[in-house]
Amino acid sequence: MFDVNKIRKDFKILERKIWDNKPLVYLDNAATTQKPNVVINSLVSYYENYNANIHRGVHKLAEEATTLYEDVRQKIKDFIDANSTAEIIFTRNTTESINLLAYCLDDSIIKDGDEILLTEMEHHSNIVPWYLLRDRRNITIKFTPITDNHELDYNTLEKLITKKTKIVSITHKSNVLGTVNDIQRIAKITKANNSILIVDAAQSAPHMKISFQDLGCDFLAFSSHKMCGPTGVGILVGKKELLEKMPPFLGGGEMIRKVTFDGFTTNDLPWKYEAGTPNIADVIAFGTAIDYIEKIGLENIYQHELKLTEYAFKKLKQFDFLHIYGPKEITKRAGIITFSNPVVHPHDIATIIDQDGVAIRAGHHCAQPLMKKLSVSATARASFYFYNTPEEVDIFINALNKAFDYFAVGACKELKQGVKSKK
Amino acid sequence: MQNQSLPQLDDLYKEIILEHYRKPHGREPLEKIDYQAEGMNPLCGDEVKLCLQLQDEQIIKVHLEGHGCSISVASGSMLAQMLEGKTVTEAQEITKHLKDIMHDRTNGKVVDIGDLEALEGVKKFPVRIKCALLPWTTFEEALVGHNHVEVS
Repeated sequence: MFDVNKIRKDFKILERKIWDNKPLVYLDNAATTQKPNVVINSLVSYYENYNANIHRGVHKLAEEATTLYEDVRQKIKDFIDANSTAEIIFTRNTTESINLLAYCLDDSIIKDGDEILLTEMEHHSNIVPWYLLRDRRNITIKFTPITDNHELDYNTLEKLITKKTKIVSITHKSNVLGTVNDIQRIAKITKANNSILIVDAAQSAPHMKISFQDLGCDFLAFSSHKMCGPTGVGILVGKKELLEKMPPFLGGGEMIRKVTFDGFTTNDLPWKYEAGTPNIADVIAFGTAIDYIEKIGLENIYQHELKLTEYAFKKLKQFDFLHIYGPKEITKRAGIITFSNPVVHPHDIATIIDQDGVAIRAGHHCAQPLMKKLSVSATARASFYFYNTPEEVDIFINALNKAFDYFAVGACKELKQGVKSKK
Repeated sequence: MQNQSLPQLDDLYKEIILEHYRKPHGREPLEKIDYQAEGMNPLCGDEVKLCLQLQDEQIIKVHLEGHGCSISVASGSMLAQMLEGKTVTEAQEITKHLKDIMHDRTNGKVVDIGDLEALEGVKKFPVRIKCALLPWTTFEEALVGHNHVEVS
């Protein structure tokens, strides 16, 4: 039974008061989520009871720490429905996972003259690594456009894929628009074209059930900190045959089998891509976060966020001078509401509603090309997680009301009427 | 860190700041551009282009364009109003003093900065200080001939 008030008791930080005793209304979950007490306890427990370097000691502590760490790999394999634990690589974050791919697919897959296809709704983390690759190699990068309803233009995508398209890298769910892309549909196209399909699941994995095998992509990346886990842990899931084919990423301990005065041989998967002492404590606590999320249930999480988004949309209708981005159909864009207004800058909105304890994000959301496409320099974004409540939406809406009234002062009515009369 | 007293919005959004924001100065194009620079705050996407027209050592006219929040737009407007007619040295002194105010290092020194005093309230909202200073750092960069500056 999903009981949000009971769930909220699992998060110490949700008791936090902001400024003059206002309850924290945390609506910046697309940036990072809060951590339940069990995850924080798991970190402390590791350092208090098991702290040792893994995969190298023969002593008891090393053995226990290694088991805890590798158990999380198994947990993630089950969570994301990969084929085997050999396909689960620990990185620092989604950004590092994509950088690893841009670096390692160079040489092994990419040749001069090849093309990489992205979309207009990508986060910088799925653009800049490919620009870096383009600095090293003579390749072309294309962007699949978005439609007027802020969905992917699948017809154009199909036309943009050519025989030279070696990689298609795409977000599963836009961190600005909230749009959820149809990966299976794209996977059919890439498979037929022999292109590698990479999916940035940073915004989707925390909020909906995902099966790596069912999606049909070749690589998938996501981050622990956006799903109740600690910062500093990212996941890269990859097809075994590709991970075997690619060269290693960073060199050092752990990723080698043997090192001589002449050279080295690489370790087996997945350790081939995990050089140096990994982020042991945070990986173990991420395992606790996955247990926690699975206990709540991804379907419950999805449904709860959908209801919150519907409720917030209904309430936002009173501000008919707001531009709201993303698909009109709520079911196509759960959990994220991005908006702007030409008169009150998102920064000013964020500062004013912060006074009521409401935390949202204002800015370009690491998606400057998309901002350009939307013809706006910055937007404000509220993003939900399963611990948010309709009462928090009410506080958010009231705070927004204050922001518009305060900011435009006497001009607020003019502003509202002005925008209306322009329509 | 917790339970600091609530900074008053009226300190940040003084009426004079909102007036500058609604009707900013320095939007007319220049007849001749002697110095210019583009500034941006990569964290929030605020962008400003600042051009200067000089006669000898005197700033005749300032032109600003770009987009940003109320604080950065108002600050740019005040800059245009304040620096027109000033010598470069005077303008640099005002810039330095404003930065000193923002970073709490005036050491009691008093300089007449007119409307700019209204920006002092921004100090209570530390994350917004960079908004207030963006036009001013861009002004400094224009003088040294840099074309592009990022404020972090």
